[in-house]
Amino acid sequence: MTLAQAPHGFLSPTGVEIAFLLVGLVTFGAALVTVTTRQLVHAALWLVVTLGGLAVEYLLLTAEFIAWVQVLIYVGSVVVLLLFGLMLTRAPIGRSPDADSGNRWAALTVAVAAAAALVWVVVDAFRTTWIDLDGPAAGSTKVTGASLFQNWVLPFEALSVLLLAALVGAIVLSRKAKAETSSPPVNSQATTESSPSVPDARKIPAEQEGAR
Amino acid sequence: MHLAYPAVLSALLFCTGLYGVLARRNAILVLMSVELMLNAVNLNLVAFDVWLSRTAEETLHSGQALTLFTIAIAAAEIGIGLAIVLAVHRNRGTADIDKLRDTAEGHESRPVDGLDSGTSTAEPTGRTEKAEATA
Repeated sequence: MTLAQAPHGFLSPTGVEIAFLLVGLVTFGAALVTVTTRQLVHAALWLVVTLGGLAVEYLLLTAEFIAWVQVLIYVGSVVVLLLFGLMLTRAPIGRSPDADSGNRWAALTVAVAAAAALVWVVVDAFRTTWIDLDGPAAGSTKVTGASLFQNWVLPFEALSVLLLAALVGAIVLSRKAKAETSSPPVNSQATTESSPSVPDARKIPAEQEGAR
Repeated sequence: MHLAYPAVLSALLFCTGLYGVLARRNAILVLMSVELMLNAVNLNLVAFDVWLSRTAEETLHSGQALTLFTIAIAAAEIGIGLAIVLAVHRNRGTADIDKLRDTAEGHESRPVDGLDSGTSTAEPTGRTEKAEATA
């Protein structure tokens, strides 16, 4: 299934290919900085650059709906969630010398070997394959919505159940840990009364919310 | 566009995420690297879907549908993962995955005790659990 009949050439890249290459370089560089920087907050911010660059790549591949979903969900919520996690686990601002573990060189060896093998295999396999980007967009909202709601309805609905389960699971995880630990600053005045400690601990953040 | 461009970029991003998962020590940085790997897979899916939508007569656009599903599952995964990391941090006082080796076999408790006495913020619940694990 090769499409090598057209006058394509390695040495005459089109404008889309040049744009894809430049944005890809930025994306890959940002990803490298994300996994190597020693400042934890900077890693999250470079992850924004990586995910935004991937959204631009989706746009260049004429998959606009995926691009905007990427911007909305990844850049909008996942990175914000990761930043919240970094702040809540008291990540040090500034350099943290123990960001990388001791098996860094083994990890580097594995990653470089995997990258070399994958790139070699992929380039060898798809050397004569071309994507035709002319014509109507392959991933416009109309096309994606039609295929999603004609052919993929059942997985789509199952996915909503999965999201609900994840929501409930996250709530249960965080609440159960809060009830179990009985850390001194939260429940120190609730130790005098025995049974209603849990509603009391639940009331305190509500009062703080009201005070704000 | 040559199909090798998105495929090679996807492979490189995947291996970057692989390095991050193996080399990072903070659990949240490991989650970031997992996100990188998932995004590499998404780029591959989109590129091959665009290619197949031109070559095949009729497609289900399965690549884009699977990309949307992957994005949703990644969002769920990051929520659950952060909840677990925050619960561990609340119990143990650390999000360092090199110190969370209670269930590790082979390492008898010499390095664990050294680390545990070094961290002054380890709470009593974590210490009793660790005593149970080593007993």
